[in-house]
Amino acid sequence: MSAQPANRRRLSLRAREARLAYGLLAPTLVVVFLIVIFPIVWNIILSLQPIRLQDLPNINLLDISNASLNNYMRAITARGGRFWEALRVTFVYTIASSVLALLIGVWAALIVRDPFPGRNIFRGLLLFPYIAPVVSLAFIWKLMLDKNIGVVTLLLSRLGMEPLSYLTTRAYSVNILGLDLNVPLALVTVILFEAWHYFPFAFLFFLARLQAIPRDLYEAAAVDGASPSQLLWYITLPQLRAVAGTLLLLRFIWTFNKFDDIFLLNGGAAGTEVITIQIYQWLFARRNVGVAAAVAVIMALILGALVFIYLRWFQPEEEE
Amino acid sequence: MRERYTLSYWSRERVERALGSLIRAFSILFFLVITAFPFYWMLNLSFRPYSDVLLHPLRALPRAIDVASVFAPLTCLRGASEACTTAIRNSSFAAVLIRYGFLTYIRNSVIVSFITVALTLVLAVPAAYAVTRLQFRGRSAMSWGILLIYMFPAIVIGIPLFVFFVRIQQSLGIPLRGNPYTVTIIYLAGTLPVALYMLRSYFPSVPRELEEAALIDGASRLEVIWRITIPLAMPAIASVALYTWMIAWNEFLFALLFLVESQPSWTLPLGLQQLDGQEVPRTFLMAGSVIITLPIIFVFSLFERFLVEGLTAGAVKG
Repeated sequence: MSAQPANRRRLSLRAREARLAYGLLAPTLVVVFLIVIFPIVWNIILSLQPIRLQDLPNINLLDISNASLNNYMRAITARGGRFWEALRVTFVYTIASSVLALLIGVWAALIVRDPFPGRNIFRGLLLFPYIAPVVSLAFIWKLMLDKNIGVVTLLLSRLGMEPLSYLTTRAYSVNILGLDLNVPLALVTVILFEAWHYFPFAFLFFLARLQAIPRDLYEAAAVDGASPSQLLWYITLPQLRAVAGTLLLLRFIWTFNKFDDIFLLNGGAAGTEVITIQIYQWLFARRNVGVAAAVAVIMALILGALVFIYLRWFQPEEEE
Repeated sequence: MRERYTLSYWSRERVERALGSLIRAFSILFFLVITAFPFYWMLNLSFRPYSDVLLHPLRALPRAIDVASVFAPLTCLRGASEACTTAIRNSSFAAVLIRYGFLTYIRNSVIVSFITVALTLVLAVPAAYAVTRLQFRGRSAMSWGILLIYMFPAIVIGIPLFVFFVRIQQSLGIPLRGNPYTVTIIYLAGTLPVALYMLRSYFPSVPRELEEAALIDGASRLEVIWRITIPLAMPAIASVALYTWMIAWNEFLFALLFLVESQPSWTLPLGLQQLDGQEVPRTFLMAGSVIITLPIIFVFSLFERFLVEGLTAGAVKG
C-alpha cells in the first residue's frame, strides 16, 4: 500500500516527461511532414497521373480517377532505352566515384597522420574541395579543362596528349599495348571530379579513426620485427574496415542522389546523363511532370532496396 | 627468403623506410597541387582580362596593370564620372557585383542562409534533446526516422513541392516561388537531418548529473535545457550553426527549382550559374566564383577545429 503513491507519482512524472518530449519534437515533426513526408507521398500520386507542366495551374491535382501506370511504362520504354542507359551510367558513376573518393581519402589520411611541418595548414587545405560551393568548383574545372585555353589541357598537351574536350566527348579511342579501348571520356572526367570533390569527407573520418588506433598495437608489432608495410597491411588497414563500410554506404547514397555536380559540369551531355538529370529533363525539357515523378519513385525504390540489402547482408560488424 | 643474403644495411626495414618517405614527400606534393591549384587558378583568372587569357592562357600571375584595372572602380567612391563607368565595365569584380546584380545576390544569400541557420537551430535543438534525454513511446523510431530523411533524393522532394508551390501561387495568389523567404523552409530538408544527427551524438556527453541536480533543486525541464544543457552544448551548437550555414550558402538545386523565376530573388550560386548563360567573359565567372567561395573559406579557416570535430562527431551529409 505504501508504495502506491510513489508509484503513481513516478508514472505521472513519466507521463509528463513524454508530454514534454512530444512538445519539443512537434515543430520539427510538422516541418518534416510538410517538406519531406507529404512531398514523398504526393510524388507517388503525381506519378500515377498524366500531368504536363503547362497543365499545372488548371487541372485538378487530387483527381485520381484516371490513375494508371502509364507514366512508368513511358519512363522505362523511352526512346532508345535511355532510362536503362541512365541507370547504367548512374551505377558506374556512383560506384566508381565513391570507391575512388574513399581510396584517395585513406591515402590522404595516412599522409596526415604523422606530423610534418605545416601539417595543420595542409589538413585545412585538403578540405577546400569539400567546403567550397559546387557551382564555383564546376566552373573552375570547366575552365581548367577547356579545350583551347584550359590550363590542364595545355599542360597535358606539353606532355604529348592531344587537346580534348574532356567534358563533352562521349567516347575517345586509345590504343594501349595494342588494345583498342573506347574510353567514355566525359563520364571518366565527371567521376574524377566527384572523387576530388568528396575525398575530403572520407579523409576526415579515416583520419579520426587512425588517430584512435592504440599505440601499443604498433609497438608490439615492431617488437616482433614487423616492417612498415606489414604494419600498414596487418594493423592499420584492418582497423579502418568498419569506417570504410559506413563511408562507402553514405557516399553511395549521396552520390546516387547527386544532381548538382554533373548538371553544372556539362548538363548530362556525352554519356553522363544520370537518373537525377533525366528526371530534371523530363520535368523541364519535356515538361512532363507525371513521368518525372515516376522516374523519381523508381529511383527512390532502387536506392531503398540497395541500402536494405547492404544493411541486411553486407554491413561490416560494428566496432567494439 | 632473400633478405638473409642481403647486407644488413639494405634490410627490408631500411629500404621500406626510404621508399616510404619518398612516397610521402611525393604524396604531400600531389595533394598540395590538387587542392590548392584550382583555387589559385581561379584567383589568377579572376584578376585578368579575358583577352589576355585568350592570348596567354598559361600566364601564372596577373600583370600589375590588370590588378590596377580590377581595383580602378574604387575611385568611383569619390564620385561618379564617365571614367568610372568604363572602370566598372573593365573590372571583373566590379562588373559582376554592380552590372550583373551580385550585390543583390549577396544580400539574398545572407538572408536565406541566416534564416535557415536560425530555423534549423530552433527546431533541431529541442528535438535532439527530446530524442537523447527524454523517455517516451516511439523514441527510437523517431531517431531512426530522422536518419531516413538523409536518404531521400532532393529531387524526389523537389518535384511535388514545385507543383505545390505553383498551385498555391495560382489559386491563392501567395507568391511562394521566387521568394527567398519561403525557400528557406525547403532548405530545412537538407539541414535538419544534419543538425539533428550532430546534436544527437553530442547531447549524451553533457553530464546527466548536472541536469538531475538542477531538477532536484526544483528547476523545470525547460529551465534545465535553457540554463544547463544548451550552454554546455555550445561547442556542438556552434559547429551545427556553421555547418548548416555552409550548406545553405552553397545550396543550388532548390534555388534553381524555386527561385529561377524572378531574378531579384536569386542567391549567389544560382546567380553565378545563370551568369554562365549570358555572354560574359569567362574571367567574370571566375570573379563570381571568388565572391561565393571566399566567405566560406574565410569562415572555415577561422573555425576549422570546431567544424572538423563537429563533423566527425556525427557523420554529415555532403
